[in-house]
Amino acid sequence: MENNQTNTGNATVDIAYRRKKNAEEMRHQVITFTLMIFLTIVAFVAVGAGMSGWFTVPFILLLAAVQVAFQLYYFMHMSHKGHEAPALFLYSGLLVGLITILAFVTIVWW
Amino acid sequence: MHAEEKMTLEKWPASPEKQTLEAKNKFLGFWLFLGGETVLFASLFATYLALKDKVPGPDHALAKDLFEIPLAFLMTMLLLTSSITSVYAMYHMKNFEFKKMQLWLGITVALGLAFLGCEIYEFYHYVHHYGHTFTSSAFGSAFYTLVGFHGAHVVFGLAWIITLMVRNAKRGLSLYNAPKFYVASLYWHFIDVVWVFIFSVVYLMGMVG
Repeated sequence: MENNQTNTGNATVDIAYRRKKNAEEMRHQVITFTLMIFLTIVAFVAVGAGMSGWFTVPFILLLAAVQVAFQLYYFMHMSHKGHEAPALFLYSGLLVGLITILAFVTIVWW
Repeated sequence: MHAEEKMTLEKWPASPEKQTLEAKNKFLGFWLFLGGETVLFASLFATYLALKDKVPGPDHALAKDLFEIPLAFLMTMLLLTSSITSVYAMYHMKNFEFKKMQLWLGITVALGLAFLGCEIYEFYHYVHHYGHTFTSSAFGSAFYTLVGFHGAHVVFGLAWIITLMVRNAKRGLSLYNAPKFYVASLYWHFIDVVWVFIFSVVYLMGMVG
């Protein structure tokens, strides 16, 4: 347990330091959240404005990918240390998933 | 330090969700499960994309007739907001503030229930006004399977979080239950990840045509 504590030998100082760190991280999370809301609104406005599908479809898919990266790396902490195995699992799943989607879509559309 | 030890603020570690061996195993196993869930949802998305607007006759409603911006936007905002409230709950968990964590988990649950209410209304509306049902077309089957599977995940996630909140209401935080709360919040975020693709691929792309 000791190696995971920030040890100055003074419990009050440690707690104050960690609370400050946690509060700082929480502020970053709120900024991420604001960006996600913004991206969502942009995507809905792009569709609501009735622009050509050749522009809107790739555009909203790009916004979705950015938003999912925010979720995974900030809200789900994949940017933190010790997430090598989760990244391996998730990207393996994603690889299989994308191949499945590609296969289905090419079979049907061509 | 063992899992059942009575905790105090002074003893509470920086990463309470990964202190015990059980917690580390839970964390690893849960991410493996999420990798599998990714494949599950990808295959449902693939099916939906392949069968979108495949209806037996011209009198059947298509995606662009069904979906409306206001409801999809409201549902997206509800679920997205419930994601940040569960981040806030985990922030309080790390600070050993049990009551505040419970409060923010409660807000998360309320937002999730509101989302679910919207979805039930939406399905009801499609069935009664458009005759768009599970068996009316291949499009209907693919749509209800994909969106319904996500809805079922929301139901399961809500049941999970509520159970944890009730079971631990009088226990307070410990190294035994902190990983349980943490993993439940990861699951909740994953539901939101899937929804981001549902609102983009099903609703927005459906409205584009």
